[in-house]
Amino acid sequence: MQWRYHMRKIIDWSMSGAAMMATLCGLIPLILISMHLLRRGISSINLDFFTHMPQPVGEPGGGMANAIIGTCLMVGIATAIALPIGLLGGLYLSEFGERRTGAAVRFAADMLNGIPSIVIGIFVYGFVVVPLGHFSAMAGGIALSIIMMPMILRNTEEMLRLVPHALREAALALGIPYWKTLLRVVLVTARRGIVTGILLALARIAGETAPLLFTALGNQFWSLRLDQPMAALPLQIFTYAISPFEEWQQQAWSGALVLIGIVVILSLLSRWMVRVPQVKTDG
Amino acid sequence: MDDHGQKLSTQHLQAWFGAHLALKEVSIDIPGNRVTAIIGPSGCGKSTLIRCMNRMHETIPSARAAGAVLLDGRSIYQQDPVQLRRQVGMIFQKPNPFPTMSIIDNVTAGLRLNGLRDRRRLEEIAAQCLQKAALWEEVKDKLRYPGAGLSGGQQQRLCIARALAVNPEVLLMDEPCSALDPISTSKIEELIHELRAHYTIVLVTHNMQQAARASDQTAFMYMGRLVECGETRQVFTTPKAQQTEDYITGRFG
Ligand SMILES: Nc1ncnc2c1ncn2[C@@H]1O[C@H](COP(=O)(O)OP(=O)(O)O)[C@@H](O)[C@H]1O
Ligand SMILES: [Mg+2]
Repeated sequence: MQWRYHMRKIIDWSMSGAAMMATLCGLIPLILISMHLLRRGISSINLDFFTHMPQPVGEPGGGMANAIIGTCLMVGIATAIALPIGLLGGLYLSEFGERRTGAAVRFAADMLNGIPSIVIGIFVYGFVVVPLGHFSAMAGGIALSIIMMPMILRNTEEMLRLVPHALREAALALGIPYWKTLLRVVLVTARRGIVTGILLALARIAGETAPLLFTALGNQFWSLRLDQPMAALPLQIFTYAISPFEEWQQQAWSGALVLIGIVVILSLLSRWMVRVPQVKTDG
Repeated sequence: MDDHGQKLSTQHLQAWFGAHLALKEVSIDIPGNRVTAIIGPSGCGKSTLIRCMNRMHETIPSARAAGAVLLDGRSIYQQDPVQLRRQVGMIFQKPNPFPTMSIIDNVTAGLRLNGLRDRRRLEEIAAQCLQKAALWEEVKDKLRYPGAGLSGGQQQRLCIARALAVNPEVLLMDEPCSALDPISTSKIEELIHELRAHYTIVLVTHNMQQAARASDQTAFMYMGRLVECGETRQVFTTPKAQQTEDYITGRFG
């Protein structure tokens, strides 16, 4: 009896220990990356980095204002396209996904999710850049939206499916029409998971480089025109990191740090946004 | 005893899940302002029967029904199901408050989601309904707290208040106490007794003591058929059918 009890304790401890070690191992890359980026990148992060344009080689200082704005714009375009399609598509799959068309949509979304991003870049190059005759921010946004859309769609579906059936029944039995039940009860109940998914998708596309190489191309100058090539943080990091100039390499580190920073801020912001309506009462 | 007209009745009602016939020609009369208990072994079709009465049955894919259900003499199949469900409210087996809403928002959900915006009016109705559901004293100081934070029994009374808020005439209760402790159960039974002055109540239960205590009329169902329906006292003391007697004396079920 006593012996079995001790045995169980020992197994309990060792299993807990193993789980803890696994967690640590998972966290180590994150910690190392963050520390390394901070160490290498922090030195040239200052106000100039956010407000100034890149300097020509040899001149110190300068920033990535154009790339930061470019990334925001193109991620914005991608979201504007992918969000409505992803949300409505996810709603469709969770509600009517049992039908044949549902299976087809789900399969297509999964295929799309698995396509390497560079292939999507080439696709948009062929279908948008070539017909229009030049690289453009719009093409970059479209390429990013194609990556983003299936992620949001499938995640939205999964999150909606997690909403207990009993809540739908409760709402319907109160004489609330079906579409209102979907929008104001089911969607609202799942919003935390849905927003988290949107966030992950945002973070993923904010750092995508390959699909922009053939679409937005990058731009060393200031441009807000959606029909012209546009700078983006990952492109700028890519260009600077493989350049032979020390100042540019330094800038690349800082760019990477800013990129991570944007992702972290986005994540904190949306968590906070989801939290607020929980205490608020609308009526 | 005063005269209670038929509030709700079914005639030769049949209900299917796919090819499975779950209700076989059920004809039952539910008198107004009284409590009708529906008893029977699990799987005999009690839930299916009352889910036909507010057309929730047809929200299940592959489910279908035939026959007539009359509310105040009018066929419910000729009415808008959404409108009908405001007249015929439902309480479920497991309390199901909306987890994202506060207590007060839960109560007023049916009204708000149907467009009522007047804050004062909503608060008034919420207070009234919580009082009717015997929950007001326990929650009046925490109306803005999440409804999901209440105990199971309180949640079930919250769901009753929520159903009352849309001003129904009939309340369908599907084993409302089966997930609750004895004290919460007796509170709900008391509540049912009070509500019966203003509402027509159909109470599904697998608990025969509850049926005997809380109802005026009892219906016994077995394998999708209505075996017997009559005054509760009569059904429990001198049942007409052998199956009913076997069931209430505990010989099966
Ligand atoms: N959603 C469903 N899909 C298929 N069959 C169902 C469903 N719900 C109930 N049934 C079947 O219908 C019959 C009656 O069920 P129900 O009305 O829930 O019984 P009760 O409430 O008396 O326990 C049972 O045989 C059950 O298996
Ligand atoms: Mg049941």
